[in-house]
Amino acid sequence: MPASRPVWTNLAAALAVLFGLWFAGPAMAQQVNPTTSAVQEQQLLKQLRTVEGRVSIPDTKSGVLIQPGGDWRALHDGTLAWVTSIAVLGMLALLLLFYTVRGRIMIDAGLSGLKILRFNSFERLVHWITALCFMVLAISGLNVSFGRYLLMPLIGADAFAALSHYGKLAHNFLAFPFMVGLVLMLLIWIVDNIPNRVDVAWFKAGGGLLGKGHPPAGKFNGGQKMIFWSVIIGGGLLSVSGLLLLFPFWGTGIADMQLAQVIHALISAGLIAVMLAHIYIGSIGMEGAFDAMGSGEVDLNWAREHHSLWVEEEKARGRTPQVPPNAVAAE
Amino acid sequence: MARLKFLCDADRCIECNACVTACKNEHEVPWGINRRRVVTINDGKPGERSVSMACMHCTDAPCAAVCPVDCFLTTADGVVLHSKDLCIGCGYCFYACPFGAPQYPKVSNFGTRGKMDKCTYCAGGPDGLDTAAEYAKYGSNRLAEGKLPLCAEMCSTKSLLAGDGDIIAQIYKERVVKRGYGSGAWGWKTAYKDTVAI
Repeated sequence: MPASRPVWTNLAAALAVLFGLWFAGPAMAQQVNPTTSAVQEQQLLKQLRTVEGRVSIPDTKSGVLIQPGGDWRALHDGTLAWVTSIAVLGMLALLLLFYTVRGRIMIDAGLSGLKILRFNSFERLVHWITALCFMVLAISGLNVSFGRYLLMPLIGADAFAALSHYGKLAHNFLAFPFMVGLVLMLLIWIVDNIPNRVDVAWFKAGGGLLGKGHPPAGKFNGGQKMIFWSVIIGGGLLSVSGLLLLFPFWGTGIADMQLAQVIHALISAGLIAVMLAHIYIGSIGMEGAFDAMGSGEVDLNWAREHHSLWVEEEKARGRTPQVPPNAVAAE
Repeated sequence: MARLKFLCDADRCIECNACVTACKNEHEVPWGINRRRVVTINDGKPGERSVSMACMHCTDAPCAAVCPVDCFLTTADGVVLHSKDLCIGCGYCFYACPFGAPQYPKVSNFGTRGKMDKCTYCAGGPDGLDTAAEYAKYGSNRLAEGKLPLCAEMCSTKSLLAGDGDIIAQIYKERVVKRGYGSGAWGWKTAYKDTVAI
């Protein structure tokens, strides 16, 4: 009650209301029509797509009475499942085709026996932390999308539910070391991953994958830079959308979480496809490539063929290739 | 076989929240979880209506369609139940549900969800067992005793109706015809792809 207001104004207001009612009373009783004034569900849904009101329980977000859900369900059951299947299976098919046509990319000059340090132990540690996290995240994510149809019929509902439960926990927890890995990779490799003219020429020459010969490249070639930026941008989007899903209702509503889930699923599908290609070319696809992330030291001839400019830079810095101390004397 | 449904006659609901309280008490639903709630639309304005809402036990339920571990079961009476033994608390049913029915207890760090909880239409768990463990998970099984959901049975204005869809639709239809108005069977179009034609 406003204390400053004199008593007589309150009285006057009350009297005015009473008089008003006395005059309008009979007329209003005839006019009240609960049908015309009542809120209608279909009308509200048409106007707002959601029907929302007030609840007297503490959980205020439960004030949403009816919300859209059909669109997300259709996306989840249809589009997302198709996009992911095509991305993953399509990339596997593409790699198989590439392997059949091109075969393993060998070192043209053969192994030199001289080694040059490509990635130091810290770089390798960061790479493998991120990589292992990504693999678990990808597999547990694919399990949530397709396990019900692929794995559950094989191992039964109970075993599958237990597995999926641990998968969910792994997905939630490993997201954090994955994000740390992303930040560290960005910091240690961004300098060498800024696109330049060399990359344009590298792509024009077919990147050494399609054409003959080896176009010059620095520490990272155009293809590797694309992988780097896919990981940084894709991983960044996955992190943001994943965090929104990990913390429900932290500044989001159901519609926002549906959108975050769709983005999360689409980006994952793309990044899994990119990573399959990355894993292929870093292992069975190319002779000598795995050493870069394995021992960290690559063969000089491999480095000359795939990263000619980088080898020159290293030599200019005085880091000359050496025979590894544990090498077996041969020839 | 009956097709069990809920129908809330919003022109009768007085927002007393007795259905909410009865549900919590009957099933000893834990803190922070409400299987049923009353939402008041246009609160304080002309034409204000209150609607009591819980899981509507949808036809072709969206929750069941998107569940990654396939933990849902629709009974012969059309009641949508789920297994808390299988549920992994991923939240997908909550994204898909048009009525905000799935609820999750907060069990650990961040927003990690526990096993989903929702209205069972007072039908207990999917296994139909009568044990203390089942009661702790799902609440009581009134349907097995030949009783309807408590929320509807004790509704003082008989606003909330539960039972065979055809019968409660008929009751609602008669009411609308007699009193001359009705704000509609809330959620029926979304849940059952069906409205009560007057």
